[in-house]
Amino acid sequence: MSSQTSVFEQANKKHASSLLRKNIRKFVNNRLAMIGLICVVVIVFTAVFAPLLTSYDPNKISLGEKNTSPCMEHLLGTDNLGRDVFARVLYGGRVSVFVSVMGALMGSLVGMVLGSMAGYFGGKLDMLLVRLSEIFQTFPEMILIMILVAILGQGVGNLVLVFCITGWMTTFRMVRNEFLALRGETYVQVCEAFGMPKAAIMFKQILPNVLSPVIVSATVNVAGFILSEASLSFLGVGVPSSVPTWGNILNAAKSVEVVSNYWWLWAVPGGVISIFVLAINFFGDGLRDVLDPKQQ
Amino acid sequence: MAEKELIFQIKNLQMWFPVRKGFLRKTTGHVKAVDDVSLDVYKGETLGIVGESGCGKSTLGKTIMMLNTPTGGQVLFNYEGQFKDITKFTSQELFQFRKKVQMVFQDPYSALNPLKKIYTAFEEPLKVHGVNSKEEREKIMEDVLKMVNIQPDYLLRYPHEFSGGQRQRLCIARALEVRPEVLICDEPVSALDVSIQAQVLNLMKKIQKDLGLTYLFIAHDLSVVQYMSNRIVVMYLGKIVEIADSRALYDEPLHPYTRALLSAIPVPQIHQEKKRIVLPGEVPSPIRKPAGCALHPRCPHCMEKCKQVDPVLTRYKDGEHMVACHLYGAES
Repeated sequence: MSSQTSVFEQANKKHASSLLRKNIRKFVNNRLAMIGLICVVVIVFTAVFAPLLTSYDPNKISLGEKNTSPCMEHLLGTDNLGRDVFARVLYGGRVSVFVSVMGALMGSLVGMVLGSMAGYFGGKLDMLLVRLSEIFQTFPEMILIMILVAILGQGVGNLVLVFCITGWMTTFRMVRNEFLALRGETYVQVCEAFGMPKAAIMFKQILPNVLSPVIVSATVNVAGFILSEASLSFLGVGVPSSVPTWGNILNAAKSVEVVSNYWWLWAVPGGVISIFVLAINFFGDGLRDVLDPKQQ
Repeated sequence: MAEKELIFQIKNLQMWFPVRKGFLRKTTGHVKAVDDVSLDVYKGETLGIVGESGCGKSTLGKTIMMLNTPTGGQVLFNYEGQFKDITKFTSQELFQFRKKVQMVFQDPYSALNPLKKIYTAFEEPLKVHGVNSKEEREKIMEDVLKMVNIQPDYLLRYPHEFSGGQRQRLCIARALEVRPEVLICDEPVSALDVSIQAQVLNLMKKIQKDLGLTYLFIAHDLSVVQYMSNRIVVMYLGKIVEIADSRALYDEPLHPYTRALLSAIPVPQIHQEKKRIVLPGEVPSPIRKPAGCALHPRCPHCMEKCKQVDPVLTRYKDGEHMVACHLYGAES
């Protein structure tokens, strides 16, 4: 069988790779999605390799140079404490992107696990979880986030937790509904007839069939969380102000004086946030076209 | 059949599904899908189960497999001469029981996970049941595929690359992997077109002969059942109305329902006019069954007794033929 297998494994690999290639081509042909992907990659790379791109410490205060406009020395000027804005935007990207991506991932994970259980077991557990998700959804999101921040305290880790708590519901509903439909499929019954463990049936058999819309919604959630982080930090309840994030940089631009006189303090982080969110959304749309042809 | 060894003994099996209504989901009634069914299954035979849709034949199959937890009754399974009640099994015992009895489902198109290669779909049950070495697993997979005439290299394909008949053959092969003694076939050919049906049925007969399997063959197609079965069980509204040898049932149907059912088989002869017995009315809801004999509102031979007393399954002329009808019970 081994010689045979190798031949057919090759044939099979060829087939799988042709499908992958087809999907990649479909994605590449979507110009907006490609622009989005490139922007996301560029921003993530500049954030990761920040120390190579700037020699300034984002937290180094030099009061002698406060509020200088963009010049050769400070590419994007300095803020009211004399900190280099370019360095702060680069380093801020690390925290902002990390918080939103982790928040979206954790939220999707929680939503997937709870949604799988609710959809597969049904009955009382399902009812309980659906009601719980409805309670979370009916609460105004910003207020819920602020309450949670007040309880948990400020901090990067806590913000991820907060995003996870407020962001699991959409994934939960999606996964649950899909599970309700797929639970009746014959292959699930076949697995039950073979006596496979329930967890294996849920997560190994059914869940992969639900994954593509979950991935798409997770990317969209990343964009949403970037915005949430920015608004929270702007309000002063997000990440502690000592840590540079895109929202914290914007925080400096609260007064009319700053808005009218020092444009680089708000235009630069604001612009970066807009570009990143837009890019993520384009990327997510392109991904959906490839992964989830039903939802076009 | 020379010696008749029991493999399954089903006693008063009951599968009622609660009907829940309203906000508090109060139970307002039950769908009596399988209601007080007693049945013996012998080793090596093919027992056909027929009835119209909704009469509980698929539920009976799934309940015997313990995919549904029955609400009452016993299912005794022969473990080398010792009968054990599988409805009282622990999950571990049930897991072992799954190797003895397997099922082939109606819809071959949804019976294979679309994302998994056939190889994975075939490997998983073996892994679960503790076949740990890869060589051993591949040996078993090759063996079962040979039985259903599918080349082993097809294992590396995805389900969508197969036709309906091929998929059903794959499903049969997968069920055979654990070397079951009993195969419950839940309308295995009804989703296939006629030319493929014959192919799959002949294959199943051959496999039965080779492996000495016992089939519980559930179907609504009477000619298919006649072709496959040694004995036939006729069900109506969750109850058995008649059990007989295949030949006896077709030659001399006793129950009025069986007669009506058999008269509906199309005959492939142009000049032979067949008298069709048409039962008036509709099948009553299994939630609110009529009192007495379930068939009495539609039966052409309805008597006063039928409206009050539910007939029990009794032997006709002390033979193998059993029927649940007052037409025969009273006189003998």
